[in-house]
Amino acid sequence: MIAETGLAALYLAAALALLQLAVTAIPALADKAVATARPIALAQGLLTCISFLCLVLVFIRTDLSVTLVAANSHSAKPFIYRFAGAWGNHEGSMLLWVTVLALSGALLALLSRRMPERMLSAALGAQAALALGFYAFLLIASNPFARLNPAPAEGQGLNPLLQDPGLAFHPPTLYLGYVGLSVAFSLAVGALITRDVGPVLARAMRPWVLGSWIFLTLGIVAGSYWAYYELGWGGWWFWDPVENASLMPWLAATALLHSVSVLAVRGGLRTWTMMLAVVAFSMSMVGTFLVRSGILTSVHAFAVDPTRGTFILALLLLYVGGALALFVWRAPAVGEGARFALVSREGALVINNLLLSVILAVVFLGTLYPLMVEAATGEKLSVGPPYFNAVAGPLGLLLVLLLVVGPLLRWRRHDAPITRKVVPAVLVGLATLVATVILAPDISLMTRVGLAAGMALIPASLMPLFGRSLRRTPLATWGMVLAHLGVAISVLGMASDAAFTRERLAAARPGERLEVGPWLIDFVSVTPVAGPNWTALEARLRASQGGGTKELHPQARVFTSPLTETSEVAIATTWNGQLYTVLGRQTGDRWQLRLWWKPFVTFIWFGGVLVALGGLIALAGRGWTNRRNRRRLQEAEL
Amino acid sequence: MSLKPKHQRLVLALSALVALIGAVLLAMWGLRDRAAYFVTPTDIASGTVEEGDALRLGGMVQQGSLKQLPDGVTLRFIVTDGKEQVETRFRGIPPSLFKEGSGVVAEGRLRGRTFEADNILAKHDERYMPPQLGNSVAEHAAGQTVEK
Repeated sequence: MIAETGLAALYLAAALALLQLAVTAIPALADKAVATARPIALAQGLLTCISFLCLVLVFIRTDLSVTLVAANSHSAKPFIYRFAGAWGNHEGSMLLWVTVLALSGALLALLSRRMPERMLSAALGAQAALALGFYAFLLIASNPFARLNPAPAEGQGLNPLLQDPGLAFHPPTLYLGYVGLSVAFSLAVGALITRDVGPVLARAMRPWVLGSWIFLTLGIVAGSYWAYYELGWGGWWFWDPVENASLMPWLAATALLHSVSVLAVRGGLRTWTMMLAVVAFSMSMVGTFLVRSGILTSVHAFAVDPTRGTFILALLLLYVGGALALFVWRAPAVGEGARFALVSREGALVINNLLLSVILAVVFLGTLYPLMVEAATGEKLSVGPPYFNAVAGPLGLLLVLLLVVGPLLRWRRHDAPITRKVVPAVLVGLATLVATVILAPDISLMTRVGLAAGMALIPASLMPLFGRSLRRTPLATWGMVLAHLGVAISVLGMASDAAFTRERLAAARPGERLEVGPWLIDFVSVTPVAGPNWTALEARLRASQGGGTKELHPQARVFTSPLTETSEVAIATTWNGQLYTVLGRQTGDRWQLRLWWKPFVTFIWFGGVLVALGGLIALAGRGWTNRRNRRRLQEAEL
Repeated sequence: MSLKPKHQRLVLALSALVALIGAVLLAMWGLRDRAAYFVTPTDIASGTVEEGDALRLGGMVQQGSLKQLPDGVTLRFIVTDGKEQVETRFRGIPPSLFKEGSGVVAEGRLRGRTFEADNILAKHDERYMPPQLGNSVAEHAAGQTVEK
C-alpha cells in the first residue's frame, strides 16, 4: 500500500505541475496567476514529500516486494543504511532530486512576496515546466515504486562503499545545492520574459543563490572527505567525472553569487548575471546527466540502455536550449547596467567571474572530451589529474591572488592607493616564498606558489575589517571575510598536502617498527573482528611521536551481502595533520601496510566548512537587515 | 577610465568572448598531451605506443602469471587481451577485485618492454568489464558473471 501511495502522490504532483504551468501561461488568467499558482506549488511540494517519505518507509521496512528495495537493500543492514539506502540508488536519488525541486518551487511561491506579480508568475511557470519534465522522467523511465512479483526472500544489499554515515549526509546536501539553483534559473527566465532585469530581481535571487551555494559547498566538502577516508587511496580529490559534475555547478554558482551582488547593489552586469543563472542550473542538469545516464562507464553502455540517458539528454537540451534561446532573444532588451571604472569593486568582480568561467570551461571540456572522442572515433581515452591540475590549478591560484586585492576596492571607481592595505599580504607572501625555497627546495612550483598565496590571503582576507568599527560592520561583510579566510585555509591545506606528505609502503611482520614522517609506528598484531554484516581482519598499530601515542586499527573488511572486500582506513588526527593507515593483503607471514603522514591536510575541509559558514552568516545578515528595514518602513507608515 | 554605458557593455561582451576562446585554446593545449589513451596489449605489441606516455592499459590478468616480489609490496603479472601479452609491474596495494583471470585497468607508463603501473583502477562494481577487449573475452566474462 505504501508504495502505491507514493506513486499516486507522484502522479498527482505531476498533474499539478501541468496545471501550474497552464495557469501561469494563459494570458487571460494573468491577474489571478500568482494567487492560483501559489497553493498549487505548495501542494506539489507536499505531495513529493509524501512520495519521498513513502520510499523511505518501504526501505526502512525492507519491503522486498518493491523492485528497488530488493535490488538495493537487505534486512540485516543497520538502520541508518536502510534509511539512507533509499537514495543510494538511481531511482531513489532521482526522487530526492525531484522532491527538492518541488520544495524549492513551493518555497519560492511562499516566500516571494515583494516581487512584481508578472515576474513571479513567469518564474513559477518555469519552475513547473522544469518539474514536469523530471516527473515524467521518474514516472516513465525510473519508477522507484515498481513492484516485484514474486518478492524474493532477501534483498541484494547495498554496495559496501556506500555503507557509511556519509551517505546520510552527502547526497541530500549536494542535491539541495544542485536543485536550489533551479530557482535562480526560473527567476532569470521570469525576468527575461517580463523584460524586468534589475536590482529587484537580483535581491530576490540572491538568497537562493547563496543558499544553494552553501549546500553545494558543504556537499562537495563532505564528498571529498568521504572519498578520502573511504577509498583508502590517501587522496582527497581525484578529478573523477562524478566529482567534476558537482564542481561545475559550484564554479558557476560562485561566479553567479558575486555577479548577482553587483546587480543587487550597483545595478550592473545585468545580461551577464542572467547568463550565469541559466548556466549554473544547466551545469546541475549536466551533472545529473553525467551521473545518471550511465554514459561515464562507456558511451556504449549508454547506447545499449538508452532510455534513461536519452530522456535526461532530451530534457537537458529542451531546458538549456529554451533558456538560451530566450536569452538571445531578450538580451538586447535588457537595460544598460550602471557604469563603473576598470579599477573598482565591479571591475575586480568581472575578473573573478571571467576566471571562474574559464575554469568552468576547461573542467567542462576536460570532463566531456573523452565522451566526445569516443562518440566520434570510438577511441577510448581518459582525462585525469595531469590535465586538470595543469590547466585549472594556475587559474585557481590567479583567482586567489586577485582575492588579495579585490575586496579592498571601492564600488564604481577606486582612486585612493591601496598600497597600505596590501603591504601585510605581500610581505607574508614573500616571506613564505623565501622560507619554502630555503626549507623545502624540492617542492613543485605550483605548491610553492600555493603556500605563498594561501599565507598572503590570511591577512588580506581580514583587511576589509581594518579601520572600521567591528560592532557596526554588517554581517554580510563578516560573512565575506570568513569565506575568503576559508579559501586561504583550504588552499594552504591543499598545498601542504601536495608538498609535505610522506608515504611509506611496506610488508611487515607483527612486532616490527616502521617510520613515516615524524611518527614511529609499532605493528602490534592482526586479529579477526566481526560487525553486523561484515567480518574483518584488524591490525593494531601503536603510533608515537614526541610525547603522544595513538592507537590505530585499520581493517580489511569482507561484507557478506553483497560479497565484497573493502579496506577500512584508520586515521589519527593531531593539530598539525593526519596519520593515515591502510591494511593491505597478507603475503606469507607479512602484511602490507600503507602509511601516510599528511601535514595540515585537515585544513582543506576545515577551510571549506568556513567558506560555507561565511555564506550562512551573510545569508542570516541579509535576512535580518531586510526584516529590520521592513519593520522601519511599517513604523514610518504608521 | 569611465566608459559610456554602451561601450562598457561592448567591452564586457568582448572580454567574455576572449575568455571563452582562451579557455578553449587552453583546454586544447592541455588535452593534446595529457589525455591518457586506453591501450590494449595488442596496441603495445604493434609498436604504435610511445614509451613514457601516460596510458591506461586494459585487459585480463593472465592465469598463473601473478607473482609477489620479495619486498612484499611489488606485484608482477601479465596483462593479456587473448592475443598479446604485456609484462606489468605494480608497487602498492591492489584493489580487492584484482585477481588472476579478472579484468584490470592499469594506469602508468611503458618502460622498455614492461608496463610500470602506478595505479590499478578499482571499479566500484564487480560486473565491470574493461571496454575494448576482444569480444570473445568480454562474452566469456559476461557468462561468468551471470553464473555467479
